[in-house]
Amino acid sequence: MKNDKPKIERREFLKNCSSKLPAFVLLASTLGARDLLAAETNGDYDPTRHDYAMGIDIHRCIGCGRCADACKKENKAPPQPHFFRTWVERYVIPVEGEAMVDSPNGGIDGFPKIDDDIDVLRSFFVPKLCNHCANPPCVQVCPVGATYTSRDGVVLVDDSYCVGCRYCIQACPYGARYLLPDTHVADKCTFCYHRITKGHLPACVEVCPTQARIFGEVGQRSSPLRRFVRFNDITVLKPALNTKPKVYYAGADGEVR
Amino acid sequence: METIIANIGTTGYIYPNEFELHWGLLIVIYPYLTGLVAGAFILASLERVFNVKELMPVYRLSLVTALAFLIVAPLPLLAHLGHPERSYEMFLTPHTASAMAMFGFVYAWYLMAVLLLELWLDYRRDIVRWSHEKTGLTRYFYRFATLGAADVSPQALAFDEKASRFITIIGVPSAFLLHGYVGFIFGSVKANPWWSSVLMPIVFLFSAIVSGIALMVLVYMITTMFRWKKIDMACLNKLASYLLYAMIVDFSLELLDFIQRLYESEESILILRDMIHNRLFISLIVSQIILGSVAPMVAIILGKLGRVPDEMKRMLFFIAAILVQVGIFSTRWNVVIGGQLFSKSLRGLTVYKLDLFGLEGLFMAVTLLLAPIVILYVLAKIFPPWMDRPEAEVAAMETK
Repeated sequence: MKNDKPKIERREFLKNCSSKLPAFVLLASTLGARDLLAAETNGDYDPTRHDYAMGIDIHRCIGCGRCADACKKENKAPPQPHFFRTWVERYVIPVEGEAMVDSPNGGIDGFPKIDDDIDVLRSFFVPKLCNHCANPPCVQVCPVGATYTSRDGVVLVDDSYCVGCRYCIQACPYGARYLLPDTHVADKCTFCYHRITKGHLPACVEVCPTQARIFGEVGQRSSPLRRFVRFNDITVLKPALNTKPKVYYAGADGEVR
Repeated sequence: METIIANIGTTGYIYPNEFELHWGLLIVIYPYLTGLVAGAFILASLERVFNVKELMPVYRLSLVTALAFLIVAPLPLLAHLGHPERSYEMFLTPHTASAMAMFGFVYAWYLMAVLLLELWLDYRRDIVRWSHEKTGLTRYFYRFATLGAADVSPQALAFDEKASRFITIIGVPSAFLLHGYVGFIFGSVKANPWWSSVLMPIVFLFSAIVSGIALMVLVYMITTMFRWKKIDMACLNKLASYLLYAMIVDFSLELLDFIQRLYESEESILILRDMIHNRLFISLIVSQIILGSVAPMVAIILGKLGRVPDEMKRMLFFIAAILVQVGIFSTRWNVVIGGQLFSKSLRGLTVYKLDLFGLEGLFMAVTLLLAPIVILYVLAKIFPPWMDRPEAEVAAMETK
C-alpha cells in the first residue's frame, strides 16, 4: 500500500528543529534554574548573605491545597486539621452581606461547592503561612528567647529550649503558630529552613502548580522575588500592627486579614 | 471526619491553628491569685503607712494571707507550661524584651525583699519570745527563725519598726508592680483587640485591691468566728469602706474601657459584641457586672448608710465579699478566656473545652485554689497573726 502521508524532507526537519532550538534551550535553562535562590550547596552556607521572603500571587492560586499537603508531609506536622504551617483560605464575597471564609482541613482536600443560593460577587483563594515578620511580636514575647530571627531573616523556634508557655501563639496576629501535641513546644513555618539552606525551594513553593508562591530574596537582583515585588502592587497582612511581614501578597483583597 | 469534629462549637471562620485554646483555667487562676496577694498586701500597708489604726486586727493577718497566696501563685503558671522542667531558663537566660520573662524577677523581689522581710521584722520580737517559751523541737525551729538576731532591746525594736515601715513604703509600689505587670502581660498583646489596652494594668491593679480587701473581710470574719472572738466592728466597717472605694474606682475604670471601645468602634467591635452576646453573657454581664460589682456595692452601701444592726451589717458585708470574689474571678475569666474565644481573623468564635483531669484540668484548678487556704492555716498555727485590740478599746472606738 502506498503511503499517502506527505513526507517531511530531512532538510526541512532540520530547519524546523533549528528554529525551535532557542525555545528548547530556554525551557531547559528554566528547569535547571529552579534552585537559583542559593548558590551554596557544598556546605559553606553563609546566612549573613541572605534575607529570605515570599511572594504570593492571589490571582494565580487555584486553591488546590497541594502546598498545605506538601508542607505537612515535608515537615511532618501533626495530621489533625488544626496544625498547619501553611493553609489555604477561600474567600467568597457575595453581592450583599458579609464575606464568607473557609479553610476545611487547610484546603488539602479541596473546598466544598459554594451554595447555589449565594449570589457571588467574587471569590478567591489566599494561601497563609508565618509572615516571618521583620518586627516579630512572637520573638519579642518569648520569655527564654527560644523563638528568634535567624541571620538570614527567618523566624525559627528552638525546640530544645522552648518552655511551652504559648505566649508566642497569643502574640502572633496571623494564627501561624501552634503547640505540637507530642513534644509540647511551639511550632510554625520555617520557610523549610532545612531545604533553603541547601539551595532548594520550600516544599510549598516547589509543588505549587501555578507558581502562585514565589520564594527568594528582595535584596538580590537575580531573585524571582525581586521581580515579583517590582511588577506587582504589593500588600502585607495587618499592616497597621507594624509587624513588617515578609510574605508579600499581590492582588490581596481588603477583606483578607 | 476530623474536620467535622474540629468545627463543632465554632461559628464563622477561625484560623485552623486557633482550634485549640492555649491559655485555660490555670491562667485564669494565676492573675486571680496574684491579685489577692497584691490586694491583701496593699491593705496591710494602709495600716502601716497611713496609720489607719482601725485596721490593726487585720494587719498581720493580711501579710500572712498574702504570703500563703503568693506561695501558690506561680504554681498554675508552672503546671501550664509544656516543659515545666525548663522553667529555670527564665531566670538563667531571660529574654529581657519579654514581659513574661520578668515575672520570675518581680515575683522573687516581692517574695524575698518585701513580704518575707516585712513579716520577719514584724514577727521578730515574738519569734524571740517563742524561742524561749516553747519546748522541744519547736523551740529550735523558732530559734532558727530568729536568724541569729535575738536582740529585743528597745533600740533594736525601734530599728525593726523603722525598717519595717521603710519596707512597706517600698512594698506598696512593689505590690502595684506585681499586679500591674500581670495586666501588662495581657495589655501589651497588640494582636488581640480584647486585651490590647493601656488601661489593662490599671484595671488589673484596682481589681486586685478589690479582691484583696474582700478576701480579708472573709478571712477576718471566718477566723474570728472560729476563734470564738467578737468581730471588731470598727475594723470591719473600715474594711467595708475601703472595699467600696476601691470598687467604685475599679468599676468606673472598667466602664470607661467599655465605653471607649464602643465609641471608638474599631474593626474588632462587631466580633467582640458577638462574643459578649453569645459567649460571655453569663460570665460578663451576669457574673462580673451584676452579681460581682453592682450587687456587692449596693450591699455595702446598705450596710453603711442604712440604719441596720451590726448583725445585719456583718451579714451584708460577708455576702458582698463573697460576691466580689465571684465577680473578680469572672473578671479574670473574661479577660483570659474571653481573649481567646474570638478568632484573630475577626470572623468567628470558638469555644473553651475544660478538662476535668490532668495538669490543666478542673481538679488541678480547685486544688490550687484550696492550697493557699491550707497554707494559711498552717502559717497561722506557726506564726499566730492575731492582733485583737482589748475589748475596752474596741468599745471606745465603736462609740466614737
